[in-house]
Amino acid sequence: MTKKITLAIVGLAGLALSGIAGAADIHTQSIASTCMSCHGPGGKSQGAIPSLAGLDKEYFVKSMKDFKAGTRAASIMKRHANGYTDAEVEAMAAYFAGLK
Amino acid sequence: MTLNRRDFLKVSGAGAAAALTGCATTASSARPHVVVVGAGFGGATCAKYLRQWGPNIDVTLIEPNDKFVSCPISNWVLGGLRTMDDITHGYDNLPRHGIKMVKDSVVAIDPAKRFVKTRSGASIAYDRLVLAPGIEILTGTVKGFNEAETTGKVVHAWKAGPQTALLRKQLEAMPDGGTFVMSVPAAPYRCPPGPYERACMVANYFKQAKPKSKIILLDGNPDVVSKKPLFTDAWNPLYPGMVDYRPNNAPLAVDGSKMTVTTEFDDVRGDVLNVVPRQRAGELCAMAGARNDSAGNWCAVNFTTFESTTVPNVHIIGDSVLSSLPKSGHMATNMAKICAAAIVELLAGRQPDPIPVVANTCYSATSSSTSGYVANVYRFEAGKGYVSAPEGGATPKGDALNFTYNESWAKNIWAEVLS
Repeated sequence: MTKKITLAIVGLAGLALSGIAGAADIHTQSIASTCMSCHGPGGKSQGAIPSLAGLDKEYFVKSMKDFKAGTRAASIMKRHANGYTDAEVEAMAAYFAGLK
Repeated sequence: MTLNRRDFLKVSGAGAAAALTGCATTASSARPHVVVVGAGFGGATCAKYLRQWGPNIDVTLIEPNDKFVSCPISNWVLGGLRTMDDITHGYDNLPRHGIKMVKDSVVAIDPAKRFVKTRSGASIAYDRLVLAPGIEILTGTVKGFNEAETTGKVVHAWKAGPQTALLRKQLEAMPDGGTFVMSVPAAPYRCPPGPYERACMVANYFKQAKPKSKIILLDGNPDVVSKKPLFTDAWNPLYPGMVDYRPNNAPLAVDGSKMTVTTEFDDVRGDVLNVVPRQRAGELCAMAGARNDSAGNWCAVNFTTFESTTVPNVHIIGDSVLSSLPKSGHMATNMAKICAAAIVELLAGRQPDPIPVVANTCYSATSSSTSGYVANVYRFEAGKGYVSAPEGGATPKGDALNFTYNESWAKNIWAEVLS
């Protein structure tokens, strides 16, 4: 919960400072953009790979945690989920939830 | 189209003007100009994200070819699963991002004065330059290859395009009971699993159309370089007795008349020869003086910005980079994003992300209905470079689900790069 509040504050600060992006924002933007190489531009996929645009934030976080823990059956996503910190997963979840 | 210096100033704005006069600044009134050379997976993506994340940046993308022909999935064309049309895409959508496309080749780079010269005679100034040339194939390292290639007898088909179509025709014309000989270059080379996927795709075609045929894979490496369990599992149960894998068999010479590939051990005769020579960073990198590793083959870069370690304001992305990152189209696409984000920050006088994270995903088909993958997430660590996160790796076996993901991946990454 503390982590979520911190992220929310960082996010708001980023908006307030419009144009002076903090390191966390650039980092999230970059890692989220690398997801799009498989999940499609703007997180909108064609074909079997799921879209990420507009995905519920909690669902995104739970999916990544479950992939990581191995409690959700996965093809490639366990390999990917293991590469990100919990904070990065939260930030990506917020980013994709905000894409329409 | 020819842009002379004066014309270019008219269209490119104050940022470029400042660079030409040798006093480039990042003053708020100036529009900085980034020139990207090469519109493959890396270059086109970089140009697009530079515009998306840096709307105040002018971006020029220089590319000699009319169309984008995808190396990923080109093995499927050889196997008859796809056509050249399926892997060929236009650049029509890129100008919509505000990218200025220039159909030309760069013939010289002046990193001190910060401009590139093109074949048509234009000088194009830059504040920052991104080079995404892919690989140069060292055809001279296999004796006789240049002659055999010129006559169309033997191709590498390691840059998707006319050679892909020609190799497919040669395979179609080969009689049943014939032999396809393919060589794998010593690492590092573009697309580590590519040669082995190619063997699977050709085997899949032979199994259906000419089942008495054989494949001899002459590997310049001591073992299968990538996804070994996936490919060896495919060669044995799927194509029994068809694939003759020979490690430590680098091609020394090729003869297009006798149709032989010579290794240290013997002359291997085939009906279709596909020799893939060793590779190094694209020629453009040498023009900039950025092919700067000890052997002069690859480009050392700063991993948070992809700027050359020795040539300021010149960034290199994709296969040409010296690193532990795989030389894949997917990796080039993702390096392009890290590089674009860093350039936006640098041009604004800010600090780029100090801990970039970049992922690679690579699917390979083992038959017309099965694929496997390798996936890794790499995190930059100061003093160490990009370090692979634990539990990255490859599937041991191809399956139908991953084939559908493989198909979807191709559509999505083409859209990501080009739309």
